[in-house]
Amino acid sequence: MRAFISAVYLFLYAPIALVVLFSFNAGRSASEFTGFSTMWYGKALDNTFLVAALQNSLIIALTSAALAAIFGTMAALGMERLRPGARAVLDGLLAAAIVVPGVVIGIATLVALVEVFSFLNPVLASIWPGGNPPQLGLGYGSIVAAHGLFSMALVTMIVKARIASLGRDIVEASSDLYATPLTTFRLVVLPQILPSILAGFLLAFTFSFDDFIIAFFVAGSKTTLPIYVFASIRRGVTPEINAIATLVLVASLMMILIARILMREKKPTN
Amino acid sequence: MALATNTKRGIVTAALVAPALAWLFIFLVLPFIAILVFSVGERAPEGGYQAAFTFAQFANLPSRAAAYWNTLILAPVGSFLCLIIAYPVAYYLAVKASPRYRLILVSLVVVPFWTSLLVRTYAWMYLLGSRGIPNLLGMIGIEDVRILNTPGAVLLGIVYGYLPLMIMPIYVSLEKLDRRLLEASADLGAKPVSTFFSVTLPLSLPGVMTGLALVTILLLGEYLIPQLLGGGKVFFIGNALVDLFLQSRNWPFGSAIAVTLVVVVVLVLLIAMRIAWRIAGTKQVDLV
Repeated sequence: MRAFISAVYLFLYAPIALVVLFSFNAGRSASEFTGFSTMWYGKALDNTFLVAALQNSLIIALTSAALAAIFGTMAALGMERLRPGARAVLDGLLAAAIVVPGVVIGIATLVALVEVFSFLNPVLASIWPGGNPPQLGLGYGSIVAAHGLFSMALVTMIVKARIASLGRDIVEASSDLYATPLTTFRLVVLPQILPSILAGFLLAFTFSFDDFIIAFFVAGSKTTLPIYVFASIRRGVTPEINAIATLVLVASLMMILIARILMREKKPTN
Repeated sequence: MALATNTKRGIVTAALVAPALAWLFIFLVLPFIAILVFSVGERAPEGGYQAAFTFAQFANLPSRAAAYWNTLILAPVGSFLCLIIAYPVAYYLAVKASPRYRLILVSLVVVPFWTSLLVRTYAWMYLLGSRGIPNLLGMIGIEDVRILNTPGAVLLGIVYGYLPLMIMPIYVSLEKLDRRLLEASADLGAKPVSTFFSVTLPLSLPGVMTGLALVTILLLGEYLIPQLLGGGKVFFIGNALVDLFLQSRNWPFGSAIAVTLVVVVVLVLLIAMRIAWRIAGTKQVDLV
């Protein structure tokens, strides 16, 4: 049994380890290790397209995760106050946001936005004072919106689970001691749910940063890091892609580790 | 006074859920209505969409039968392969592993799931490509092995990508299992094997069902793994959708396929929940 378990862990990590190893290859080859070098990292970071894609990905991931954390937390707080019927509707929509495949989310958002833009752009042009009306189009906004949909549902689920485990008694104790609802929220509820909000934010960031398929549809002319990596892979395998892949791995690894540490803190209350 | 408090409470509640509700409506409900409308429309001559009410797109679905077959066979098969490997791992983590290392071992399973699937699939493209494993096999005399761009490569990628997601729910259900039941079974003279089959396995079935449902549902919409490891020869519904929307620009037909994909996902979810409720005897099913 132990041998089997070890084999599974090897299976999970060996391919990643090889990608990382060959990112430090001195030669051009992706199969023969000819010496240690960090030249491919230098090459990758000199690549202006790559750096632009990385910037786009960071902006999109930060924005969508921040919006998801705020709106998701608000929804989680509001949902326990809703009537059961309304709560079930919201629960269903949130579950749908998580379950519907990314490829469908991408397509549906693309189709809907293109229609809305083709309706709004002429309207804008006709009512715009002066010469240059703004052209609405795909880009940052559409990716943030589509990523935020899944992320918000994710944050809501995580924070809701945390609130459910809180117990009403501390909130009641607080109001018995004449704290206003706002004070109770600030001093009692918020500190308790903050780790789960942060964990939700980090998972949302990781999701957005790693997502390829949704962005592929709604990015318009913008390039995110996964879109760039995907395009490079189709051109052929080089140690430069390994270097980029390693950077992506390290970034998401840090996020997920911090998120897991934050989420673990929920145990002591019981 | 009470009425005023109630109204105020209602306003606060509404303000809290309003942004989420608006977001869900604008970027989930509305887009879904849009693809429903598109799916009964016609393709405009220059590509894109022309208003109509026809089921021609749905009638045309058999022309993409291969994508449906690949998806509907490889997704459940891949999911079961994941289960076969995942169960012993989950069992070991929950029952056998020493508590000292359990946390780190569990983390090591979770972490790959949250790191880029693109990069992890690339790793296999790299390993299975002509300079990888086939090259090594060539050195020991086994020539001309092609792994990349076969259904086997896609299944390998699936198992690699989704194993963590299968291990976690099974681990959670095994961890919750009351150890006293196992002791009771042993005290009553059951052998370990029969304890496993009559106590442990049935009680972990909700986790197994959750894992199967999650992995199957995600696989139904998979694009990257068949794209990179199937190389256009083993394609899924997701690959057909990308082709129809971004290359051949037949949006109405693509919308019809997207609608059927959602229907399949919902069906799988309903069946899984049905079975899970029957097994658990309750409506409490953990999804994460």
